[in-house]
Amino acid sequence: MSAAAPEPAPARPSAPRAGAPASVPGARVTTRTRASSIALPVAVVLVVALAAAPWYASRGLLQDGFTLLTLLVLAQSWNLLAGYAGLVSIGQQAFVGLGAYALFASTSLAGLDPLVGLGLAGLAAAFVAVPTARFAFRLDGAYFAIATWVIAEVCRLTLAQVKSLGGGTGTSLPRSAVKDMPLVGAIKEGFDVKSSHAGDILFWWLALALAVAVVAGVYALLRSRPGLALAAVRDEPEAARSVGVDAASLRLRVFVTCAFVTGVTGALIYLQKGRISPDAAFSVVDWTAYVIFIVVIGGIGTIEGPIVGVIVFLVLQNLLADRGSWYLICLGLGGIATMLFAPRGLWGLFAERTGIELFPLRRRLRLDP
Amino acid sequence: MNPLDTLVQGVLLGGLYALFAAGLSLVFGIMRLVNLAHGDLIVLGAYLILVIVSTLGLSPWLAALIAMPPMFALGFLLQRHVLNRTLGEDILPPLLVTFGLSIVIQNALLEGFSADSRRIPAGALETASIDLGPVTVGTLPLLTFATAVLVILALNALFYRTALGRAFRATSDDPVTARQMGIVPGRVFAQATGIAMVVVTIAALYLGTRANVDPTIGPARLIYAFEAVIIGGLGSLWGTLAGGIVIGVAQTVGAAIDPEWQILAGHLAFLAVLAVRPRGLFPRAVD
Repeated sequence: MSAAAPEPAPARPSAPRAGAPASVPGARVTTRTRASSIALPVAVVLVVALAAAPWYASRGLLQDGFTLLTLLVLAQSWNLLAGYAGLVSIGQQAFVGLGAYALFASTSLAGLDPLVGLGLAGLAAAFVAVPTARFAFRLDGAYFAIATWVIAEVCRLTLAQVKSLGGGTGTSLPRSAVKDMPLVGAIKEGFDVKSSHAGDILFWWLALALAVAVVAGVYALLRSRPGLALAAVRDEPEAARSVGVDAASLRLRVFVTCAFVTGVTGALIYLQKGRISPDAAFSVVDWTAYVIFIVVIGGIGTIEGPIVGVIVFLVLQNLLADRGSWYLICLGLGGIATMLFAPRGLWGLFAERTGIELFPLRRRLRLDP
Repeated sequence: MNPLDTLVQGVLLGGLYALFAAGLSLVFGIMRLVNLAHGDLIVLGAYLILVIVSTLGLSPWLAALIAMPPMFALGFLLQRHVLNRTLGEDILPPLLVTFGLSIVIQNALLEGFSADSRRIPAGALETASIDLGPVTVGTLPLLTFATAVLVILALNALFYRTALGRAFRATSDDPVTARQMGIVPGRVFAQATGIAMVVVTIAALYLGTRANVDPTIGPARLIYAFEAVIIGGLGSLWGTLAGGIVIGVAQTVGAAIDPEWQILAGHLAFLAVLAVRPRGLFPRAVD
């Protein structure tokens, strides 16, 4: 796969785990680079600063940041699917929509706390992802992509039939749903703000927690044994199988995990919006096209790529805010140009020139002094 | 609901979907390229015909004829300079580039023609119908189906009776050997996409005369077209027609039960066929 960084596959399935001492006398295997040793403390400071944002940032800024973080989570999830597991899905909007609808059902119909609803949303998405995977995994490449899209359309059309959730026109979350959350009440008291503002603070924290968990989780996964196996399958499927990698079950687990994360994110996005409709919640442009462009322009097959992509996306959005469709035209052309001329994206170009890796995955042999 | 009537309408609707799918099937069969912008290219063709009709005051049929050479050129250049660069083992580049193209075409049309839906005027033909005894069918749907059959006959003749068709098949089977025989795959691919765009223009004519068109309807047409190609099986144009008919009949039957089920029924039929036969009904190429 040309878009991916070449990584040495393990010589044997029993290759040493990342971080574990290698059995080479006088040397050790490490993934640390100078940039990554600086990046970790910087990241910790950054996360703390972001978590403190409600104390110094305006409500509008929190809302923009919320959009950015939720898109980042969707982008990391799609990047894991397409960039690492070789599953080019154009139907991730299925899980955004399912998660969002599961939240609305559990909150509006069953009267549960939205926080419980977020968890249920992930489970609902994962639950649908299992049969989807069983079905779509039998199809190759392009067939797989189209099948995921059709399944997303089936979900959209099916939920449009559910009259208790507003049918085709959609429905709104009762205002009390967010207002009555115990956490929102506590934030309202603590910050001395209106409950809608308190809601935005809570959503910001939830999105930040989700984003940090997903970035850390993806990084941990890629450094682990299953991560090595994923890279091996991606780079050389036949050879990976010959050393005993079970690609099918690995891909299934990645697909279902990504569906869970996407479902929770979808639920969070629509909890914040407060209004849902099948066309919006299952929109291929909003939840898959944007996400694909973010990943491709930023750099597919890297963890840094989606982060760069989300920032570029937001800058473009602000620059072209009044130009309507021009924004999407630029994004589309940017995606095409990146794929044709710099398939490793902006981060790939940067990393190639500087050799900097913030989330290094390459294992290096260091000789002990 | 008259079962025979529903069936006939479904088969005729299948003709339209086969027309949407024929160009896609051709390109997919020859170079395994999945063009996610196919639906938007059909919509683009419909707007081109609309512009020719409204500025020159010609009949839609003449306008479609005039639209064919520029559409061929568009396909040729697109393949030659953009899509050929994406071909290879990795399926990600063609998928993402054509997906980007789809978004660009949709939004460029929105910018140029607004989101209002338009229709290519076809005069009295729009409402004309023919009484066939037990069922009455619209003239335009019947014409669409006949055109689909003619297009597939023509494409098959091109494929199996001409030097160009031989080059198509040779490149599809084995590009390396084809190259040794003096065929330039990049050029052959460009010609194939050019021809696919001529078929797209014909599909656009019927899309625009039968119903309203707006810039956002491309992706749905792409899905129907793709379903038809996959149901039919890779590399079989008659299979594509059969696939179109399966989707058309499923949609009409679904709509007869409840109008809201039309599209859903088509998708479910597609998933059902794929669950039983992952390579479609009549797969010709092994891939």
